[in-house]
Amino acid sequence: MRRPTRRREGETGMSDQGSFYQRDRSWHPAALTPQYKTSVLRSPQYPLLSLDNTISEMTGPRFGHNRIGPLDNDLIRNFAKTGDPIGQRIIVYGRVLDENARPVPGALVEFWQANAGGRYRHRKETYLAAMDPNFGGCGRAITDEEGRYWFRTIKPGAYPWPNGVNDWRPAHIHFSIFGHAFAQRLITQMYFEGDPMIWQCPIVSTIPDKAGVEQLIAALDRNATLPMDSLAYKFDIVLRGRRSTMFENRMEGN
Amino acid sequence: MVQKLATLKESPSQTAGPYIHIGATPNWVEITGVWEEDLGLVLIGPETKGEHIIIKGRVFDGSGTPLKDALIEIWQADADGLYNSPEEKRGKADPNFVGWGRQPTDGVTGEYRFETIKPGRVPYKDGRPMAPHITFWIVARGINIGLHTRLYFSDEEAANAECPVLARIEHKHRVQTLVATRGQENGLPTYTFDIHLQGEKETVFFDI
Repeated sequence: MRRPTRRREGETGMSDQGSFYQRDRSWHPAALTPQYKTSVLRSPQYPLLSLDNTISEMTGPRFGHNRIGPLDNDLIRNFAKTGDPIGQRIIVYGRVLDENARPVPGALVEFWQANAGGRYRHRKETYLAAMDPNFGGCGRAITDEEGRYWFRTIKPGAYPWPNGVNDWRPAHIHFSIFGHAFAQRLITQMYFEGDPMIWQCPIVSTIPDKAGVEQLIAALDRNATLPMDSLAYKFDIVLRGRRSTMFENRMEGN
Repeated sequence: MVQKLATLKESPSQTAGPYIHIGATPNWVEITGVWEEDLGLVLIGPETKGEHIIIKGRVFDGSGTPLKDALIEIWQADADGLYNSPEEKRGKADPNFVGWGRQPTDGVTGEYRFETIKPGRVPYKDGRPMAPHITFWIVARGINIGLHTRLYFSDEEAANAECPVLARIEHKHRVQTLVATRGQENGLPTYTFDIHLQGEKETVFFDI
Protein backbone atom coordinates (compact mmCIF):
# COMPACT_ATOMS: atom_id res chain seq x y z
CA MET A 1 0.00 0.00 0.00
CA ARG A 2 1.27 3.41 -0.91
CA ARG A 3 1.70 6.22 1.50
CA PRO A 4 -1.55 8.06 2.15
CA THR A 5 -1.69 11.26 0.18
CA ARG A 6 -3.57 14.39 0.99
CA ARG A 7 -5.19 16.36 -1.73
CA ARG A 8 -6.17 20.01 -1.83
CA GLU A 9 -9.85 20.80 -2.08
CA GLY A 10 -10.89 21.10 -5.70
CA GLU A 11 -7.61 19.76 -6.96
CA THR A 12 -8.72 16.41 -8.21
CA GLY A 13 -12.35 16.94 -8.93
CA MET A 14 -13.59 14.48 -6.37
CA SER A 15 -15.02 14.72 -2.91
CA ASP A 16 -12.61 14.39 -0.02
CA GLN A 17 -14.43 11.23 0.97
CA GLY A 18 -13.84 7.88 -0.60
CA SER A 19 -16.03 5.50 -2.49
CA PHE A 20 -18.82 3.50 -0.91
CA TYR A 21 -18.34 0.08 0.60
CA GLN A 22 -19.38 -2.64 -1.76
CA ARG A 23 -23.03 -3.45 -1.34
CA ASP A 24 -23.50 -6.79 0.43
CA ARG A 25 -25.77 -8.46 -2.09
CA SER A 26 -26.15 -11.52 0.13
CA TRP A 27 -27.82 -9.32 2.77
CA HIS A 28 -30.35 -7.92 0.30
CA PRO A 29 -33.02 -9.96 -1.48
CA ALA A 30 -31.91 -11.63 -4.69
CA ALA A 31 -33.54 -10.37 -7.89
CA LEU A 32 -35.18 -13.73 -8.54
CA THR A 33 -37.34 -14.92 -5.64
CA PRO A 34 -39.97 -17.32 -7.04
CA GLN A 35 -42.16 -17.23 -3.93
CA TYR A 36 -42.81 -13.60 -4.91
CA LYS A 37 -44.18 -14.35 -8.35
CA THR A 38 -43.86 -10.94 -9.95
CA SER A 39 -40.09 -11.12 -9.50
CA VAL A 40 -39.83 -14.06 -11.91
CA LEU A 41 -40.21 -12.00 -15.10
CA ARG A 42 -38.76 -8.81 -13.66
CA SER A 43 -35.39 -10.10 -12.45
CA PRO A 44 -32.25 -9.57 -14.53
CA GLN A 45 -30.50 -12.84 -15.32
CA TYR A 46 -27.07 -11.62 -16.35
CA PRO A 47 -24.71 -10.82 -13.50
CA LEU A 48 -24.60 -7.14 -12.56
CA LEU A 49 -21.54 -5.31 -13.88
CA SER A 50 -19.47 -4.28 -10.86
CA LEU A 51 -18.43 -0.66 -11.10
CA ASP A 52 -16.26 1.04 -8.53
CA ASN A 53 -17.96 4.36 -7.83
CA THR A 54 -17.34 7.23 -10.19
CA ILE A 55 -18.40 10.78 -9.49
CA SER A 56 -21.72 9.93 -11.15
CA GLU A 57 -22.57 7.64 -8.24
CA MET A 58 -20.80 9.55 -5.46
CA THR A 59 -22.91 12.66 -6.01
CA GLY A 60 -26.64 13.00 -5.56
CA PRO A 61 -29.45 15.50 -5.27
CA ARG A 62 -30.12 17.33 -2.02
CA PHE A 63 -33.46 18.57 -0.88
CA GLY A 64 -33.59 21.63 1.35
CA HIS A 65 -35.68 21.82 4.50
CA ASN A 66 -37.65 24.62 2.80
CA ARG A 67 -39.17 22.04 0.44
CA ILE A 68 -41.03 20.48 3.33
CA GLY A 69 -44.39 21.81 4.51
CA PRO A 70 -45.48 21.80 8.17
CA LEU A 71 -47.94 18.93 7.66
CA ASP A 72 -45.76 16.80 5.39
CA ASN A 73 -44.85 14.53 8.30
CA ASP A 74 -48.36 14.42 9.75
CA LEU A 75 -50.42 11.80 7.94
CA ILE A 76 -53.24 12.28 10.43
CA ARG A 77 -53.76 15.84 9.24
CA ASN A 78 -52.19 16.26 5.80
CA PHE A 79 -55.15 14.89 3.85
CA ALA A 80 -57.96 15.20 6.42
CA LYS A 81 -61.19 16.67 5.06
CA THR A 82 -63.87 16.19 7.69
CA GLY A 83 -61.97 14.92 10.72
CA ASP A 84 -59.16 12.60 11.75
CA PRO A 85 -58.64 9.30 9.93
CA ILE A 86 -59.80 6.07 11.58
CA GLY A 87 -57.14 3.96 13.21
CA GLN A 88 -54.52 3.49 15.90
CA ARG A 89 -52.60 6.75 16.28
CA ILE A 90 -48.85 6.17 16.18
CA ILE A 91 -45.58 8.08 15.99
CA VAL A 92 -42.73 6.64 13.95
CA TYR A 93 -39.30 8.03 14.66
CA GLY A 94 -35.69 7.07 14.15
CA ARG A 95 -32.39 8.01 12.63
CA VAL A 96 -30.83 7.62 9.24
CA LEU A 97 -27.29 6.33 9.73
CA ASP A 98 -24.57 5.05 7.45
CA GLU A 99 -22.68 1.79 7.80
CA ASN A 100 -20.03 3.63 9.81
CA ALA A 101 -22.81 4.35 12.34
CA ARG A 102 -22.62 8.05 11.57
CA PRO A 103 -25.81 10.09 11.22
CA VAL A 104 -26.86 11.17 7.72
CA PRO A 105 -28.20 14.73 8.04
CA GLY A 106 -30.30 16.32 5.32
CA ALA A 107 -31.60 12.98 4.02
CA LEU A 108 -35.00 13.07 2.35
CA VAL A 109 -37.18 10.29 3.76
CA GLU A 110 -40.49 9.60 1.99
CA PHE A 111 -43.11 7.19 3.30
CA TRP A 112 -46.41 5.78 2.08
CA GLN A 113 -48.88 3.26 3.42
CA ALA A 114 -52.37 1.76 3.39
CA ASN A 115 -55.11 3.01 5.69
CA ALA A 116 -56.21 1.29 8.90
CA GLY A 117 -58.30 -1.20 6.91
CA GLY A 118 -55.38 -2.13 4.66
CA ARG A 119 -56.52 -0.17 1.60
CA TYR A 120 -54.33 2.16 -0.46
CA ARG A 121 -55.51 5.37 -2.07
CA HIS A 122 -54.52 4.43 -5.62
CA ARG A 123 -56.45 4.09 -8.88
CA LYS A 124 -55.26 0.51 -9.37
CA GLU A 125 -56.17 -0.64 -5.85
CA THR A 126 -59.04 -3.16 -5.84
CA TYR A 127 -59.20 -4.45 -2.25
CA LEU A 128 -62.74 -4.25 -0.86
CA ALA A 129 -61.79 -2.61 2.46
CA ALA A 130 -63.24 0.86 2.81
CA MET A 131 -61.47 4.02 1.74
CA ASP A 132 -60.95 6.55 4.51
CA PRO A 133 -61.90 10.01 3.23
CA ASN A 134 -59.50 11.56 5.69
CA PHE A 135 -56.41 9.55 4.87
CA GLY A 136 -54.08 10.07 1.93
CA GLY A 137 -51.22 7.85 3.04
CA CYS A 138 -48.13 9.81 2.04
CA GLY A 139 -45.61 11.87 3.95
CA ARG A 140 -42.00 13.00 3.99
CA ALA A 141 -39.34 14.45 6.24
CA ILE A 142 -35.74 15.61 6.03
CA THR A 143 -33.35 14.41 8.72
CA ASP A 144 -31.89 16.95 11.14
CA GLU A 145 -28.21 17.39 12.03
CA GLU A 146 -28.27 14.17 14.05
CA GLY A 147 -29.95 12.20 11.28
CA ARG A 148 -33.31 12.15 13.06
CA TYR A 149 -36.73 12.09 11.43
CA TRP A 150 -40.22 11.52 12.77
CA PHE A 151 -43.80 11.45 11.61
CA ARG A 152 -47.31 10.87 12.90
CA THR A 153 -49.76 8.53 11.26
CA ILE A 154 -52.24 5.73 11.89
CA LYS A 155 -51.16 2.11 11.97
CA PRO A 156 -51.80 0.55 8.54
CA GLY A 157 -53.85 -2.62 8.27
CA ALA A 158 -52.76 -5.96 6.83
CA TYR A 159 -54.22 -6.80 3.43
CA PRO A 160 -54.53 -9.71 0.98
CA TRP A 161 -52.74 -9.55 -2.35
CA PRO A 162 -52.73 -11.62 -5.51
CA ASN A 163 -49.72 -13.92 -5.29
CA GLY A 164 -50.79 -17.19 -3.76
CA VAL A 165 -54.56 -17.55 -3.52
CA ASN A 166 -54.48 -16.44 0.10
CA ASP A 167 -51.34 -14.38 0.73
CA TRP A 168 -51.45 -11.42 3.08
CA ARG A 169 -49.02 -8.60 3.66
CA PRO A 170 -48.22 -7.83 7.27
CA ALA A 171 -48.87 -4.24 8.34
CA HIS A 172 -46.06 -2.15 6.89
CA ILE A 173 -44.96 1.32 5.87
CA HIS A 174 -42.92 1.87 2.70
CA PHE A 175 -39.79 4.04 2.93
CA SER A 176 -37.74 5.73 0.24
CA ILE A 177 -34.46 7.34 1.34
CA PHE A 178 -32.03 9.68 -0.38
CA GLY A 179 -28.65 9.94 1.33
CA HIS A 180 -25.86 12.15 0.02
CA ALA A 181 -25.01 10.10 -3.05
CA PHE A 182 -27.00 8.29 -5.70
CA ALA A 183 -25.13 5.12 -4.71
CA GLN A 184 -27.01 5.23 -1.40
CA ARG A 185 -30.50 5.30 -2.92
CA LEU A 186 -32.73 2.83 -1.11
CA ILE A 187 -36.35 1.74 -0.90
CA THR A 188 -37.47 -0.57 1.87
CA GLN A 189 -40.37 -1.36 4.18
CA MET A 190 -40.93 -1.10 7.92
CA TYR A 191 -42.77 -3.77 9.88
CA PHE A 192 -44.22 -3.72 13.40
CA GLU A 193 -42.87 -5.52 16.44
CA GLY A 194 -44.88 -8.56 17.45
CA ASP A 195 -46.73 -9.12 14.16
CA PRO A 196 -46.86 -12.88 13.46
CA MET A 197 -47.67 -12.22 9.79
CA ILE A 198 -44.18 -10.90 9.15
CA TRP A 199 -42.91 -14.48 9.10
CA GLN A 200 -45.56 -15.66 6.66
CA CYS A 201 -45.01 -13.04 3.97
CA PRO A 202 -43.50 -13.99 0.56
CA ILE A 203 -42.06 -10.48 0.16
CA VAL A 204 -40.47 -10.36 3.61
CA SER A 205 -39.02 -13.81 2.99
CA THR A 206 -37.06 -12.52 -0.02
CA ILE A 207 -34.59 -11.28 2.61
CA PRO A 208 -32.21 -14.21 3.10
CA ASP A 209 -31.16 -13.66 6.71
CA LYS A 210 -33.48 -13.56 9.73
CA ALA A 211 -31.33 -10.80 11.20
CA GLY A 212 -31.92 -8.81 8.02
CA VAL A 213 -35.69 -9.11 8.49
CA GLU A 214 -35.33 -8.08 12.11
CA GLN A 215 -33.50 -4.95 10.97
CA LEU A 216 -36.77 -3.88 9.30
CA ILE A 217 -39.00 -4.46 12.35
CA ALA A 218 -39.68 -1.27 14.27
CA ALA A 219 -39.59 -1.54 18.05
CA LEU A 220 -42.52 -0.47 20.18
CA ASP A 221 -41.13 2.29 22.40
CA ARG A 222 -43.30 2.92 25.42
CA ASN A 223 -41.05 5.77 26.53
CA ALA A 224 -41.72 7.72 23.36
CA THR A 225 -45.50 7.32 23.44
CA LEU A 226 -47.72 10.32 24.00
CA PRO A 227 -49.82 9.33 27.02
CA MET A 228 -53.54 9.16 26.23
CA ASP A 229 -52.73 9.93 22.58
CA SER A 230 -50.30 7.87 20.44
CA LEU A 231 -48.13 4.77 20.55
CA ALA A 232 -44.56 5.12 19.27
CA TYR A 233 -42.31 2.92 17.13
CA LYS A 234 -38.59 3.36 16.61
CA PHE A 235 -37.21 2.64 13.14
CA ASP A 236 -33.57 3.36 12.31
CA ILE A 237 -32.45 3.11 8.69
CA VAL A 238 -28.90 2.33 7.59
CA LEU A 239 -27.54 3.56 4.25
CA ARG A 240 -24.27 2.56 2.65
CA GLY A 241 -21.12 3.96 4.23
CA ARG A 242 -18.02 5.26 2.49
CA ARG A 243 -14.33 4.81 2.96
CA SER A 244 -12.21 7.33 4.71
CA THR A 245 -9.64 8.74 2.30
CA MET A 246 -6.94 8.55 4.95
CA PHE A 247 -5.66 5.19 3.82
CA GLU A 248 -7.18 4.98 0.42
CA ASN A 249 -4.96 3.70 -2.30
CA ARG A 250 -5.33 6.12 -5.17
CA MET A 251 -4.37 5.69 -8.75
CA GLU A 252 -1.96 8.10 -10.39
CA GLY A 253 -3.61 11.17 -11.75
CA ASN A 254 -6.38 11.07 -9.23
CA MET B 1 -14.82 -14.92 19.45
CA VAL B 2 -13.03 -11.91 18.04
CA GLN B 3 -13.82 -8.28 18.56
CA LYS B 4 -16.89 -6.92 16.82
CA LEU B 5 -16.46 -4.40 14.02
CA ALA B 6 -18.20 -1.13 14.77
CA THR B 7 -19.93 -1.11 11.40
CA LEU B 8 -23.64 -1.52 10.73
CA LYS B 9 -25.36 -3.48 7.98
CA GLU B 10 -27.24 -1.55 5.32
CA SER B 11 -31.01 -1.86 5.73
CA PRO B 12 -32.16 -4.61 3.39
CA SER B 13 -34.06 -3.43 0.32
CA GLN B 14 -37.71 -4.33 -0.20
CA THR B 15 -39.73 -3.91 -3.37
CA ALA B 16 -41.30 -0.51 -4.03
CA GLY B 17 -44.57 -2.34 -4.69
CA PRO B 18 -47.32 -1.27 -7.10
CA TYR B 19 -48.29 1.87 -5.20
CA ILE B 20 -45.01 3.75 -4.96
CA HIS B 21 -46.75 6.69 -6.63
CA ILE B 22 -48.58 7.42 -3.37
CA GLY B 23 -45.28 8.35 -1.77
CA ALA B 24 -43.23 9.47 -4.78
CA THR B 25 -45.73 11.18 -7.09
CA PRO B 26 -48.94 11.57 -5.07
CA ASN B 27 -50.43 14.26 -7.31
CA TRP B 28 -50.08 11.86 -10.24
CA VAL B 29 -52.49 9.47 -8.46
CA GLU B 30 -54.92 12.23 -7.48
CA ILE B 31 -53.69 12.60 -3.92
CA THR B 32 -53.80 16.35 -4.16
CA GLY B 33 -53.41 19.07 -1.59
CA VAL B 34 -50.77 17.31 0.48
CA TRP B 35 -47.91 18.97 -1.36
CA GLU B 36 -48.11 21.28 -4.28
CA GLU B 37 -46.11 19.44 -6.88
CA ASP B 38 -44.43 16.09 -7.15
CA LEU B 39 -40.65 16.16 -6.84
CA GLY B 40 -38.55 15.61 -9.92
CA LEU B 41 -41.18 16.17 -12.63
CA VAL B 42 -39.46 19.25 -14.04
CA LEU B 43 -35.72 19.28 -14.68
CA ILE B 44 -35.20 22.36 -16.80
CA GLY B 45 -36.33 25.96 -17.09
CA PRO B 46 -35.77 28.68 -19.69
CA GLU B 47 -32.42 29.59 -18.14
CA THR B 48 -30.95 26.09 -18.06
CA LYS B 49 -27.82 25.88 -20.19
CA GLY B 50 -27.36 23.13 -22.73
CA GLU B 51 -29.08 21.26 -25.52
CA HIS B 52 -32.74 20.70 -24.71
CA ILE B 53 -33.63 17.03 -25.29
CA ILE B 54 -36.38 14.51 -24.63
CA ILE B 55 -35.72 11.04 -23.30
CA LYS B 56 -38.42 8.43 -23.53
CA GLY B 57 -38.86 4.71 -23.54
CA ARG B 58 -40.41 1.76 -21.83
CA VAL B 59 -39.35 -0.91 -19.37
CA PHE B 60 -40.02 -4.47 -20.53
CA ASP B 61 -40.33 -7.64 -18.48
CA GLY B 62 -39.09 -11.05 -19.60
CA SER B 63 -42.27 -11.69 -21.62
CA GLY B 64 -41.85 -8.45 -23.58
CA THR B 65 -44.66 -6.69 -21.73
CA PRO B 66 -44.05 -3.05 -20.73
CA LEU B 67 -44.22 -2.29 -17.01
CA LYS B 68 -47.06 0.08 -16.22
CA ASP B 69 -46.22 0.47 -12.55
CA ALA B 70 -42.50 1.31 -12.59
CA LEU B 71 -40.84 4.47 -11.36
CA ILE B 72 -37.68 5.81 -12.93
CA GLU B 73 -35.24 8.28 -11.44
CA ILE B 74 -32.42 9.90 -13.39
CA TRP B 75 -29.32 11.70 -12.19
CA GLN B 76 -27.01 13.58 -14.52
CA ALA B 77 -24.39 16.29 -14.87
CA ASP B 78 -25.09 19.70 -16.37
CA ALA B 79 -24.05 20.79 -19.85
CA ASP B 80 -20.47 21.36 -18.63
CA GLY B 81 -20.21 17.97 -16.94
CA LEU B 82 -20.69 19.23 -13.37
CA TYR B 83 -23.06 17.71 -10.83
CA ASN B 84 -25.34 19.92 -8.77
CA SER B 85 -24.34 18.26 -5.50
CA PRO B 86 -22.32 19.29 -2.42
CA GLU B 87 -20.02 16.35 -3.24
CA GLU B 88 -19.06 18.04 -6.51
CA LYS B 89 -15.71 19.75 -5.84
CA ARG B 90 -14.58 20.49 -9.40
CA GLY B 91 -16.64 23.63 -9.83
CA LYS B 92 -20.08 25.13 -9.54
CA ALA B 93 -22.82 23.45 -11.55
CA ASP B 94 -25.50 25.38 -13.46
CA PRO B 95 -27.74 26.81 -10.70
CA ASN B 96 -30.72 26.41 -13.04
CA PHE B 97 -30.33 22.67 -13.34
CA VAL B 98 -30.80 20.21 -10.51
CA GLY B 99 -29.96 17.16 -12.60
CA TRP B 100 -32.38 14.82 -10.85
CA GLY B 101 -35.70 13.70 -12.28
CA ARG B 102 -38.42 11.23 -11.41
CA GLN B 103 -41.20 9.90 -13.65
CA PRO B 104 -43.63 7.00 -13.43
CA THR B 105 -44.13 4.83 -16.48
CA ASP B 106 -47.56 5.51 -17.95
CA GLY B 107 -50.38 3.41 -16.47
CA VAL B 108 -51.71 2.53 -19.93
CA THR B 109 -48.81 2.62 -22.41
CA GLY B 110 -45.91 2.03 -20.04
CA GLU B 111 -43.96 4.93 -21.54
CA TYR B 112 -41.81 7.25 -19.45
CA ARG B 113 -40.61 10.64 -20.59
CA PHE B 114 -38.12 13.23 -19.34
CA GLU B 115 -37.37 16.67 -20.70
CA THR B 116 -33.81 17.54 -19.83
CA ILE B 117 -30.52 18.69 -21.33
CA LYS B 118 -27.69 16.67 -22.74
CA PRO B 119 -24.99 16.31 -20.08
CA GLY B 120 -21.33 17.12 -20.57
CA ARG B 121 -18.55 14.60 -20.01
CA VAL B 122 -17.36 13.77 -16.51
CA PRO B 123 -14.11 12.02 -15.58
CA TYR B 124 -13.71 8.38 -14.62
CA LYS B 125 -11.83 7.80 -11.37
CA ASP B 126 -8.46 7.78 -13.17
CA GLY B 127 -9.20 11.09 -14.87
CA ARG B 128 -10.05 9.80 -18.35
CA PRO B 129 -13.31 11.29 -19.65
CA MET B 130 -16.38 9.06 -19.63
CA ALA B 131 -18.82 9.48 -22.51
CA PRO B 132 -21.84 11.66 -21.73
CA HIS B 133 -24.32 9.58 -19.79
CA ILE B 134 -27.34 9.72 -17.50
CA THR B 135 -27.68 7.42 -14.51
CA PHE B 136 -30.99 5.54 -14.31
CA TRP B 137 -32.53 3.93 -11.25
CA ILE B 138 -35.57 1.69 -11.78
CA VAL B 139 -37.93 0.42 -9.11
CA ALA B 140 -41.26 -1.40 -9.40
CA ARG B 141 -43.40 -4.17 -8.04
CA GLY B 142 -41.42 -7.39 -8.51
CA ILE B 143 -38.05 -5.61 -8.40
CA ASN B 144 -36.58 -6.49 -5.03
CA ILE B 145 -33.73 -4.00 -5.13
CA GLY B 146 -33.52 -0.89 -7.32
CA LEU B 147 -31.70 -1.40 -10.62
CA HIS B 148 -28.90 0.98 -11.65
CA THR B 149 -28.03 1.50 -15.27
CA ARG B 150 -26.80 4.26 -17.60
CA LEU B 151 -28.09 5.88 -20.74
CA TYR B 152 -25.48 6.76 -23.39
CA PHE B 153 -26.13 8.72 -26.60
CA SER B 154 -26.14 7.27 -30.12
CA ASP B 155 -24.64 10.46 -31.58
CA GLU B 156 -21.57 10.23 -29.32
CA GLU B 157 -19.91 7.36 -31.11
CA ALA B 158 -16.34 8.55 -30.61
CA ALA B 159 -16.84 9.29 -26.93
CA ASN B 160 -18.66 6.01 -26.39
CA ALA B 161 -15.80 4.13 -28.06
CA GLU B 162 -13.30 5.47 -25.51
CA CYS B 163 -15.54 5.41 -22.42
CA PRO B 164 -13.76 3.44 -19.69
CA VAL B 165 -17.07 2.21 -18.25
CA LEU B 166 -18.44 0.91 -21.55
CA ALA B 167 -15.04 -0.70 -22.13
CA ARG B 168 -15.64 -2.88 -19.09
CA ILE B 169 -18.57 -4.66 -20.74
CA GLU B 170 -17.17 -8.02 -21.73
CA HIS B 171 -19.84 -9.01 -24.23
CA LYS B 172 -19.55 -6.19 -26.72
CA HIS B 173 -22.98 -6.66 -28.30
CA ARG B 174 -24.46 -5.75 -24.92
CA VAL B 175 -22.99 -2.22 -25.06
CA GLN B 176 -25.84 -1.33 -27.40
CA THR B 177 -28.36 -1.96 -24.60
CA LEU B 178 -27.10 1.25 -23.00
CA VAL B 179 -27.17 3.45 -26.10
CA ALA B 180 -30.30 5.55 -26.68
CA THR B 181 -31.27 6.19 -30.28
CA ARG B 182 -31.51 9.78 -31.44
CA GLY B 183 -34.61 10.93 -33.31
CA GLN B 184 -36.81 14.03 -33.56
CA GLU B 185 -40.08 15.01 -31.95
CA ASN B 186 -41.68 18.45 -32.35
CA GLY B 187 -38.33 19.80 -33.48
CA LEU B 188 -36.55 18.53 -30.37
CA PRO B 189 -33.87 15.86 -30.33
CA THR B 190 -35.47 12.80 -28.79
CA TYR B 191 -33.60 9.81 -27.47
CA THR B 192 -35.43 6.50 -27.11
CA PHE B 193 -34.09 4.32 -24.34
CA ASP B 194 -35.93 1.06 -23.75
CA ILE B 195 -34.94 -1.01 -20.76
CA HIS B 196 -35.20 -4.80 -20.85
CA LEU B 197 -35.22 -6.55 -17.50
CA GLN B 198 -34.67 -9.99 -19.05
CA GLY B 199 -34.15 -11.82 -22.28
CA GLU B 200 -31.83 -11.53 -25.26
CA LYS B 201 -31.86 -7.75 -25.09
CA GLU B 202 -31.39 -7.59 -21.30
CA THR B 203 -30.00 -4.18 -20.35
CA VAL B 204 -26.62 -4.04 -18.64
CA PHE B 205 -27.28 -3.25 -14.97
CA PHE B 206 -24.55 -2.11 -12.62
CA ASP B 207 -23.55 -3.03 -9.11
CA ILE B 208 -22.23 0.38 -8.13
